[in-house]
Amino acid sequence: MSQVHLQPEPSEPGGQQPTVTTAPVVSAERRFLLSRGNSVNADRFFSWLMLLCGLSIFVIVGLIAFELVVRSELSWHKFGLSFFYRSFTDPYTHVTTFWDPVNQFFGARPFVYGTIVSSLLALIIAVPLAIGVAVFLTEMCPRVLRSPLAFLTELLAAIPSVIYGLWAVFVLVPILREQINPFLIRMLGWTGFFADDNPTGLGYMSAGVILAIMILPIISSLTREVMTAVPHSQREAVLALGATRWEMIRMGVLRNARIGIVGSIILGLGRALGETMAVAMVIGATPEIHRSLLANGSSMATVIANEYAEAVGDMHLSALTEIGLALFIVTIIVNFFAQLLIWAVTRGTPAQAR
Amino acid sequence: MGVGIEVINLNAWYGTNHTLQDINLHIPANHATALIGPSGCGKSTFVRCLNRMHETNPVGRVTGTVRIGDLDIYADAKPVQIRRRVGMVFQRPNPFPTMSIYDNVAAGLKLNGYSNRRALDEIVEKSLRNSALWDEVKDDLKKKSGASLSGGQQQRLCIARALAVDPEVLLMDEPASALDPVSTSKIEDLIFQLKSQYTIVIVTHNMQQAARVAEKTGFFLNGRMVEFDSTHKIFTNPSDKRTEDYITGRFG
Repeated sequence: MSQVHLQPEPSEPGGQQPTVTTAPVVSAERRFLLSRGNSVNADRFFSWLMLLCGLSIFVIVGLIAFELVVRSELSWHKFGLSFFYRSFTDPYTHVTTFWDPVNQFFGARPFVYGTIVSSLLALIIAVPLAIGVAVFLTEMCPRVLRSPLAFLTELLAAIPSVIYGLWAVFVLVPILREQINPFLIRMLGWTGFFADDNPTGLGYMSAGVILAIMILPIISSLTREVMTAVPHSQREAVLALGATRWEMIRMGVLRNARIGIVGSIILGLGRALGETMAVAMVIGATPEIHRSLLANGSSMATVIANEYAEAVGDMHLSALTEIGLALFIVTIIVNFFAQLLIWAVTRGTPAQAR
Repeated sequence: MGVGIEVINLNAWYGTNHTLQDINLHIPANHATALIGPSGCGKSTFVRCLNRMHETNPVGRVTGTVRIGDLDIYADAKPVQIRRRVGMVFQRPNPFPTMSIYDNVAAGLKLNGYSNRRALDEIVEKSLRNSALWDEVKDDLKKKSGASLSGGQQQRLCIARALAVDPEVLLMDEPASALDPVSTSKIEDLIFQLKSQYTIVIVTHNMQQAARVAEKTGFFLNGRMVEFDSTHKIFTNPSDKRTEDYITGRFG
């Protein structure tokens, strides 16, 4: 090993100068490559094309925002910011409402509330389940079961949401109504979150459960991916310290994958916020706010889908568009908080995991 | 203090591949023992059998007896108990990137529920001093992550992490093969200092390294242990022709 042959330097007196004796023969492939020119224009064209693709995102987002703002102008001018909080009392019936097309009064509060409550419920149910599925699939599942199970989870994501809605109406809602809601009312009725005043079984709870099932595959398949990406050496490091399997998963896998897991949860939340069809079928479509999770409600996407086609008058249309604008903004705010969360999670680690 | 290791008729498989065949040897307490041999000869598998890491591979299988101190690790104990007593350092430094330097060192103790803060502080400092890393990291123990260190520092951090649980045996699977010469010599100095307190088994590709740090050396070839003797004898007057061929560089 110590006797490495060093090439004598050309300037050394004893060194042999490399001498070129053969005439330069240009091969066919060399000639072809030389004939290709410097490719500057192709490169320039390519970079402009890609720039255009990148800018198209800005253009699309800008156009959507512009359209939403323009079409909701009427409602903007009439209600201003109070659109999102003010309620209204009918002069004849003295009933307080937030949304009254007959009297041309519109307020978005019950819809914002319904969207947030059903999405949070969905996250509460789906996140532990999805992470459990991912842990089982990556760390514990027998090889034979792994790909069918993974395939089934992905398949859940491919089912159209109207099918989920139908399934919820015919299967999930009766189960909730007959079995689960009475149990919740008995055990947790005292909190006020589970009141016994809605015999339909529709409501925030049903919407939350169906949303949980719908976002489960996104969260679990992304979590599975980031968990698989954790290097094997991390698992071995924890095992070699005398960790049990659960400790190995917690310290060696989940801890390293947590940023990715937070990301997958955010993506799930994004889908839950915007989900329309399945929620519209089970949330009850009532523009009211209730503390009870078993009560009927509505959500932003739901009210747009249900009422836009048969809106009465320009003000109604404008109010619905403003809800669309608000959903747009809520999504942006959620993503902002998600970024904040990621920042908080990653703050402790100056270096990246990989 | 370290304890000796007695290996009797150890066989190991990866699937149908018989990687270790009838290994018998005695590894003395509080000494460094080096295992050399060409790639794929089974030396890494052998050390992984000493803390039952081999069986974490779904296709890994082991038969035979390994006694660490008085404990027959395949008959009398569960893998988790063994690994708490036997530290391991891997070929590539594998600190926990999401933990601070402090938490990396304390990981083994925290994992097992040790929560005495003051004692933990002392153990972390002692382990980092023992692994010759203390002076380089003492100012940002809790500020910097394990992954922010250089490769050589990371490997010493991994050694500190293994030492923090006060193991009786320290297994090192080519601990310096991914490091530059300066870091390598630091690790070797470290092994030299640690071997009075721990029983060290070190796998290495580098024969000079074996000669520098170990009292005993074993030569592995094709899943068998060809020769096990004092390092001096192995490198100056081996009894087996194959050992001689290997150390003189005729193959491998």
